[in-house]
Amino acid sequence: MGSVTATVAPSTTSNVIRWFRTFGSIAASGFRRYSTYRQAALAGIVTNSVFGFLRCYLLLAVAGAAGEVAGYDRAQLATFVWVGQGLLAVVLLWGWTELADRIRTGDVVTDLLRPVHPVTAYLATDLGRAGYAAVARLLPPVLVGPLFFDVHLPARWPTAPLFVVSAGVAVVLSFACRFLVNATAYWLDDVRGPMILWTLGSGVLAGLYFPLRFLPEWLYLPLWIATPLPSLFQTPLDVLVERDPTPVQVGLVALQVGWAALLLAVCRLVQRRAEHRLVVQGG
Amino acid sequence: MVDRRGGTLTAYRALLGAQARSQTAYRASFAIDLVGNLGATLFDVATVLVIFGVTRELGGFTLREALLMVGLSAFAFATADLLVGNIERIPRYVRTGLLDAVLLRPLGALPQLLLMDLPLRKVSRALFGLTVWIVAVASADLDWTPGRVLLVVLAPVAGAVFFGSVFVATATVSFFWIESGELANSVTYGGRDFTSYPVTVYGGWFRALFAYGLGFAFVSYQPALALLGRADPLGLPPWAGWAAPGVALLAAAAAAVAWRFGIRHYRSTGS
Repeated sequence: MGSVTATVAPSTTSNVIRWFRTFGSIAASGFRRYSTYRQAALAGIVTNSVFGFLRCYLLLAVAGAAGEVAGYDRAQLATFVWVGQGLLAVVLLWGWTELADRIRTGDVVTDLLRPVHPVTAYLATDLGRAGYAAVARLLPPVLVGPLFFDVHLPARWPTAPLFVVSAGVAVVLSFACRFLVNATAYWLDDVRGPMILWTLGSGVLAGLYFPLRFLPEWLYLPLWIATPLPSLFQTPLDVLVERDPTPVQVGLVALQVGWAALLLAVCRLVQRRAEHRLVVQGG
Repeated sequence: MVDRRGGTLTAYRALLGAQARSQTAYRASFAIDLVGNLGATLFDVATVLVIFGVTRELGGFTLREALLMVGLSAFAFATADLLVGNIERIPRYVRTGLLDAVLLRPLGALPQLLLMDLPLRKVSRALFGLTVWIVAVASADLDWTPGRVLLVVLAPVAGAVFFGSVFVATATVSFFWIESGELANSVTYGGRDFTSYPVTVYGGWFRALFAYGLGFAFVSYQPALALLGRADPLGLPPWAGWAAPGVALLAAAAAAVAWRFGIRHYRSTGS
């Protein structure tokens, strides 16, 4: 126990209030860090809106004259698309390579020297980022969509709080997945392969390209239960547009929570295994 | 040293050769990249199939007819992305000062930037696009005339030139607005998504802007109509499909003007 690593629990974390304060301040710094890129956020909003129009028109055309497809009516499809465009930046499936880059360059050593567990510290930063994205990236398309399309507003009271929980869990789950993909750098150095697999798989299987209910039930049901991917994106949106009755909504969110807890535990396990074999090259 | 024409070509060839060697040096990584790039286009086409799994027609077109537009769009975009797509990294070149170094050399700035970063891994994507186009043309049951044979060859070339122009034109925004981030994506990747489906799917001012304002209707929709011999439900005359090469040349001219204007007004970030 001579070396100081984050997995050797320091005494400071035994205090719960202190733990929350640390977590909160890391999250706040994550919020501030990402809020400096205001111009990029503006450009992102324009881009999300263009894709909002593209996808919305497409899905409405799919619904066609019948006005209904795979259990969604036109208003539900519009909400699905526009909130989805905003949620994309909050959940952030792609484009996070910070940990992999730090492992490759060796900067990750400084993370290990801190008295906060790396998984906890990165999660806190990511929640701060998601908080900023919820204001700067989720809100605009949610406001733009209804100007041009009839949207579905939640009719049952439990839907709104369930959506907030579901979106929050989706962020945690997405973080856990991204952390694991990045953590392959501890073993591989070059993470392009896992990153490409993740980018491809997550986009299509999370419901980004098309609502997963467009697939036959024998395909999407096992997918939903046996993989965490639909829980990243499809679940919060299905909850919001009230595709299913309340008990099913609750069940979907519970499934999400289960996946998030499991994958966070795996993150900590992977991190511990990695620290045992990590050799930092150079100086 | 490279003021003669032959010398210039040698210099470009050296740039390209160096890229090819460096990108294929790590064979496993290169193979993974090839597969990954293939997957992206594969899913775009699979999405269309899934959508036609829940509906019989889209905007008044059947799967066979829509496949012509998807194939044309995928092939043209993948080719443009392979040859010119990397120009979208120009914000990084500006920020890191690489553009300053490029401008100091006695070679054209645009060809240098394209050749210095030519993404050979995207070859797989372009080949897949070609395959989709061939399958789409073969299964569309076309009424062959010499004109249509010509159009089958000409339309993807025109589409690639058009998408390439869009890549270059949107990249010039970065000369003035370095943090423009994903903005260019809304027209480049947005254009690809737009052209993957019949224009009749879209509506209102959005359709007017993208289809006719920016000219995306002439990438896949109008040529596909001309090949199918279908009248345009939106009322453009039958020769509109043949306007694709002209529109592509117009776009290329506009992109060239935009690029020159951007380079002339470029100010280094001083980094």
